[in-house]
Amino acid sequence: MSKDNQILEEFTSKEYEHGWSVNYEADEAPLGLNEEIIRWISAKKEEPQWLLDWRLKAFRAWEAMEEPEWANVTYPKVDFQKLRYYSAPKQTKKPKSLDEIDPELLAIYERLGISLNEQKRLQGIAVDAVLDSVSVATTFKGTLAKLGIVFCSFSEAVKEHPELVKKYLGSVVPMTDNYYAALNSAVFSDGSFCYIPKGVRCPMELSTYFRINAANTGQFERTLIVAEDESYVSYLEGCTAPQRDENQLHAAVVEIYAGAHAEVKYSTVQNWFPGDKDGKGGIYNFVTKRGICAGDHSKISWTQVETGSAVTWKYPSCILKGDNSIGEFYSVAVTNNMQQADTGTKMIHIGKNTKSRIVSKGISAGKSQNSYRGQVQVMKRASNARNFSQCDSLLMGDRCGAHTFPYIDIQNPSAKVEHEATTSKIGEDQIFYCNQRGISTEDAVALIVNGYAKEVLNQLPMEFAVEAQKLLALTLEGSVG
Amino acid sequence: MLTIKNLHAAVEGTPILRGINLEVKPGEVHAIMGPNGSGKSTLASVLAGREEYEVTEGEVIFKGKDLLDLAPEDRAREGVFLAFQYPVEIPGVSSTNFLRTALNQVREYRGQEPLDAVKFLSLMKEKMKLVEIDQKLLSRSLNEGFSGGEKKRNEIFQMAMLEPTLSILDETDSGLDIDALRIVSNGVNKLKSPDTATIVVTHYQRLLEYIVPDFVHVLYKGQIVKSGTKDLALELEAKGYDWIKEEVDAAV
Repeated sequence: MSKDNQILEEFTSKEYEHGWSVNYEADEAPLGLNEEIIRWISAKKEEPQWLLDWRLKAFRAWEAMEEPEWANVTYPKVDFQKLRYYSAPKQTKKPKSLDEIDPELLAIYERLGISLNEQKRLQGIAVDAVLDSVSVATTFKGTLAKLGIVFCSFSEAVKEHPELVKKYLGSVVPMTDNYYAALNSAVFSDGSFCYIPKGVRCPMELSTYFRINAANTGQFERTLIVAEDESYVSYLEGCTAPQRDENQLHAAVVEIYAGAHAEVKYSTVQNWFPGDKDGKGGIYNFVTKRGICAGDHSKISWTQVETGSAVTWKYPSCILKGDNSIGEFYSVAVTNNMQQADTGTKMIHIGKNTKSRIVSKGISAGKSQNSYRGQVQVMKRASNARNFSQCDSLLMGDRCGAHTFPYIDIQNPSAKVEHEATTSKIGEDQIFYCNQRGISTEDAVALIVNGYAKEVLNQLPMEFAVEAQKLLALTLEGSVG
Repeated sequence: MLTIKNLHAAVEGTPILRGINLEVKPGEVHAIMGPNGSGKSTLASVLAGREEYEVTEGEVIFKGKDLLDLAPEDRAREGVFLAFQYPVEIPGVSSTNFLRTALNQVREYRGQEPLDAVKFLSLMKEKMKLVEIDQKLLSRSLNEGFSGGEKKRNEIFQMAMLEPTLSILDETDSGLDIDALRIVSNGVNKLKSPDTATIVVTHYQRLLEYIVPDFVHVLYKGQIVKSGTKDLALELEAKGYDWIKEEVDAAV
């Protein structure tokens, strides 16, 4: 059996693989959302006054906002008072090293295939693991510290590097940016913080693994990546959640800052629980991700493979402020059964000679709805801005939908903006051709879909690419024939 | 090796094959000829298991097994190979990757160990010579942007890699210039062995100058109306199909 087939075999025998939960003792906030809860979270995390004030300000702003309805998705409204905004595995004291972490917590991550044990870790990836609301462990911290790189949980950054957090928090995604960003700003519990000093090339992939475990808990993580001038970092994010009947809310904010000549690659493989075949349960994934190419010649590249969640609402964006800066967005979004995805990007060209590239590959199966929504904006000052967008949709079966909503706003006549879109169906002919060579239908679909998404998968670091391929095959299992 | 008995097949309710009988033994080459619309390609597709074709009557026994009972991929794994008239394109999937997936699934079915990358590549190198195919072509997306000749050559290359017992060439000569025809035919001839058989579906006698058949059958209105040796193909080339049509239509 070839390795690919073995993997597929493994996957096709299961439904959603990470649909288990663990009963650990948790430290939880009471249900509901009000100023008291926010004070409770802030106190729990022993935060400084400025951060509490920031949260409260965000909360007040959020209260005055309306939930957006423009996305091409439908779902029952979230009752924010029935959610829990903080849940942490109970640890008797704060762990100082990996050895002190509750073995049960480590076991959870082992089950996900993420070993936090540094000795056993594959070379080249440092992991920050976030369970429900808090960061459990960060590996390779020492190695990175020698280079001046900070890679730790957000809470820790607030304590250890308050000046950095204060400077950049909310600088790319303002607290009032949108409904869910405001909510996140008010209640975010933890996340990852990453700082690459000037001129440093981060020698390993930095990775955060998010898992929601507790029931009725919203996960609101906050990620902040700061790449100073002439630095480089590649950052990976993975997500899973247990299988539950109720919908769970995930509203994260990711901010990226890139200084002059700095480059940040951000890759996501999102595999939140998508709900069952009838659309019961699943994660609502309402995420704001944005990066600013603040310095000249800087570059931010988003790569995402979206396979999970019941409803996805997400537009990783780039503000191209520095002259000659580059923004890239590579996306594969797969929807099956009753899943809905409204995802895409925004490229805001402000600086001169700025370039952006958008490659979006949607795959719809079952009764799912898959929308690409993208905005390319060229401001007055942005002479010689270039954009190339390619939006492809692949349909499987005749009950799903694919939609494309491109918005283009050009204020400088020297701009060159190209948009290409295709829609295709997986052909019976292609499948039969594979069958005739001895390839089973499931494997044929996996092969064809991976070929279709290749341009995006090629952008992922090797290990992630393998995981993404497996996920694509799994997500589409049983959608043909 | 292959026994076709009274095979009837229809597409969307329209009968195309109306009682085909054919016996193919190991080591033999059979040519199926006939005018347009006589059912030649349908026969090839039915044997390979294409879903749109409904078998309404008859049976096909391949190496002692009921072929019609097997899924298309299992027929392939049992050793039936169809060289397509119109090979499909699969963007983003290299020929190499495609073939490795195919070969290892076939090997698994046959209880053989999968080939690792090194062994696979050396096998590929060996077979590439047979059809004079360039490695560069094989690292490109399968059939995407290939010329007609490259597609057909790639089909024969796949055949060489998968080592089938029964190869069905469906109008492999269409769209080939003389040089490509020679290369493709040479490949097929080199792959011939006393244990394998070939069915060549073609319009023209031209291909049969290169791949010399032991038997030639003429298909008309879904039946084999005449069988003979390679001389029959020459006669068809000289006289066309009309005399056969007249013979058959007069008999009805």
